[in-house]
Amino acid sequence: MAPAPTSTYSAITLHINGEKHTLSVDHRTTLLDALRERLDLTGTKKGCDQGQCGACTVLLDGRRAVSCLQLAVAAEGREITTVEGLAEDGRLHPVQQAFLDLDGYQCGYCTPGQICSAIAVIEEHAAGWPSAVTEDVRPEAGPPPLTDDEIRERMSGNLCRCGAYVSIVQAVSRAAATTPADRAGTGTTTRAHGADTDSTDPHGTEAAA
Amino acid sequence: MTTTTTGGATFKGAVGSAHTRVEGRDKVTGAARYAGEIPFARLAHGWFVLSTVARGRVRSVEDGPVLGMPGVVAVLHHANAPRVDTDYVGLLGTAPDPTAAVFQHDRVPHAGWPVALVVADTSEQAREAAEALVVHYEQEPHDVTFAAEHPDAYPLDSHGPAVAEKGDLESELAASAVVVDAEYTTPEEHHNPMEPHAATARWDGGRLEVVDSNQGTMWVAGELANLFSLDPASVRVRSEHVGGGFGSKGVRAHQVAAVMAATVLRRPVRVVMTRRQMFSLAGYRSPTRQRLRLGADAGGRLRALEHRSLSLTSTVHEFIETAAGPARTMYDADAHHTANRVVRLDVPTPTWMRAPGEAPGSFALESAFDELAERCGLDPIELRARNEPALGPVSGLPFSGRNLLACFREGARRFGWADRDPRPGVRRDGRWLLGTGTAAASFPAGAAPSTAAVTAEADGTFTVRINAADIGTGARTALTLVAADALETAPERVRVRIGDSDFGPAFIAGGSMGTRSWAWAVTAAAEELLERLTPGAAIPPEGITVRSDTTEAVGALARKERHSFGAQFAEVAVDPATGEVRVRRMLGIFAAGRIVNPLTARGQFVGGMTWGISMALHEEAVRDHATGGHYGADLAGYHVAAHADVPSVEADWIEDPDPDDPVGIKGIGEIGIVGAAAAIANAVWHATGVRHRHLPIRPDRVLTAGAPSA
Repeated sequence: MAPAPTSTYSAITLHINGEKHTLSVDHRTTLLDALRERLDLTGTKKGCDQGQCGACTVLLDGRRAVSCLQLAVAAEGREITTVEGLAEDGRLHPVQQAFLDLDGYQCGYCTPGQICSAIAVIEEHAAGWPSAVTEDVRPEAGPPPLTDDEIRERMSGNLCRCGAYVSIVQAVSRAAATTPADRAGTGTTTRAHGADTDSTDPHGTEAAA
Repeated sequence: MTTTTTGGATFKGAVGSAHTRVEGRDKVTGAARYAGEIPFARLAHGWFVLSTVARGRVRSVEDGPVLGMPGVVAVLHHANAPRVDTDYVGLLGTAPDPTAAVFQHDRVPHAGWPVALVVADTSEQAREAAEALVVHYEQEPHDVTFAAEHPDAYPLDSHGPAVAEKGDLESELAASAVVVDAEYTTPEEHHNPMEPHAATARWDGGRLEVVDSNQGTMWVAGELANLFSLDPASVRVRSEHVGGGFGSKGVRAHQVAAVMAATVLRRPVRVVMTRRQMFSLAGYRSPTRQRLRLGADAGGRLRALEHRSLSLTSTVHEFIETAAGPARTMYDADAHHTANRVVRLDVPTPTWMRAPGEAPGSFALESAFDELAERCGLDPIELRARNEPALGPVSGLPFSGRNLLACFREGARRFGWADRDPRPGVRRDGRWLLGTGTAAASFPAGAAPSTAAVTAEADGTFTVRINAADIGTGARTALTLVAADALETAPERVRVRIGDSDFGPAFIAGGSMGTRSWAWAVTAAAEELLERLTPGAAIPPEGITVRSDTTEAVGALARKERHSFGAQFAEVAVDPATGEVRVRRMLGIFAAGRIVNPLTARGQFVGGMTWGISMALHEEAVRDHATGGHYGADLAGYHVAAHADVPSVEADWIEDPDPDDPVGIKGIGEIGIVGAAAAIANAVWHATGVRHRHLPIRPDRVLTAGAPSA
């Protein structure tokens, strides 16, 4: 299905979850569609395709970004982390574990975006980034306490229509309290293991893409 | 938690204790696949083209140039699409909404009506070609204005009669010491599940296979079999993970268009609605105009209750938002008149949306009760206590259980209601005016026939097959716990498979009836299986399977008033300078049957209450009268509550097992939203002294509503 490079296609290499993927993409293809339609990394979700819901949030060089507003060709050379790349050797990331334990979701469709966003929130906070609700924004003030209001403000780009916000905030709060500083984010962490980019097919019979 | 002893082993009941979701790991790692995420060889992508006029005819679809675009393999429209049959009555007892039967004629009954499907090898090609497709229309004048007294409005029966009247309303009102007469409105609201509607259809060896996101695969399979005149056994619909539904995920244009395209092209075709398209194709909650007249004696006892509701529907299908319904359950009066009317306009067909009828109806009714309490000089909870009916106010039937006042007592204690100063507009916290409010909630508790199969496997585990849908409710996990208890085993030994029409008939995830209906069938099969198993005897390799069908048992339920109840409490802060309303905390106490899994049940209640915040303060789809379409049909133009809008929301429940249900379940999916918007609106009055009878309570409405009266 991958056409040869033409004036409308290019061969690119994407670094995703510690693995290189070389593919030919339509220049119009968003990073989100490249992940979902071309690389079978469907953990990243499409909720609105126009940057309004946060379901497609991934980490680009450790910072959160909505992958529906990013063209795949522009993501070359960036370190991309998706929800599939967070667990290590089968051990869930503390944020994933907290969402699971505290029921920080319902239908699960916004969940990968919420989790990627939460990981970045914990790192942004630890790095001293203020938010709109931070009382003391002087650089020397240091990180404000990561209160529930701080979490709510910082997570507001990720909609959850099931209305699981209360337990999502609890999960982020718990994860922030238990996440070791060196595991908080993924910006500087190289993930040696691959994610689900091999052809393991959870659905058996019909997969043949 | 119960403990019994079977075969020497200690059996601990799982129902009633918290369990994380059985599919939870898949959801937090991204492994859970939703409908649009399952790969198929030779998959083609369909993209809808929607009408840009609100009424008229399609004169021509200029498909020639588009068919020459790269990758485009078909353009389906009214002149070339396969014909479908809409002359049947579906699973839910209604004729199909012609909105789903796409491309059958040239009529355009509303803006956003599907006029074509462009199919291409990739989604980028399909999208560009769809945007390039030129459609010529013969435009006609349209009417999308939802006016208070539309001359064409008419009463429409739904599950109950459109109009229910007893007593002489005018004379009871005239004889009342206190009267409330007010109009309330609620706007057009959209479900907006996070996962857009998506379906992939393909033919496989003479069988139609559809992978879809829906609230009932058997329901959708049956509708598709009817529409395409197929043997029901030759249609299979699967829906393993569903990214939210809230009433919107039934039979819709995307499945039908995908089947048409797969039939024409003989290859798998996927059709996914865009977020913008969902505003026209996915259904919505009709706006309502409601008039409440309450008359009471000096002590607050109701002499007269009138609740009249007007909603809208399309010109092609009847659907009515029964907002006047809750009064028939909640309160009695000597004269009791309720009426649901509808008007047909050039708009899409509305549909069920979380707590249909009860959500908008409770806003008006429970707001009016707060106004009545104010005028009677009574505490709002006391007013409700004085109007507790012994029997169904309209039906005269006994209640199967009515723990409304127990919910209020527990809620008042935990919320700190006793210390409340009833005077409005007198509490300040800096720039904020503070207030608290309360409202009652109810939602029907029902069950519908379902079948289930439970298999004892040779390895000592059990497999449950039931055509349930888990749209985020936690049904899969709840059924695992229910099955484990009925089988007297641990949940870890039970595997529950759902979302496959091949599993046989079962009710949909809807009406707060899903988990109850399915649990009944699972319990029946599991109990019979347990009786058949001989301790110590080997199980054959194919296992031992027992099937159940609850049609007879459900049909034998005595007629009663069967409902869940609840009490909602809210505290708000209002900034009179900006008009901003912030909810500071909410508490809901519910009597909603036996709670199977407290962890996920809390999510259902709190999620519903969060919808209540969203309904009270944010949600509003606005139609442009000139074009007949929406302004800002997206998640920036249509606000749903975000993290920062949702403070501490607490939900809890009291013991309230349903004596007529094998597990004691009533249903919890919808009651959380009921009364929530009224509790917030009543709190806004308590903060400011100004009544807000029109939702949402936007900043401009607060600013222009006048100064606090206190």
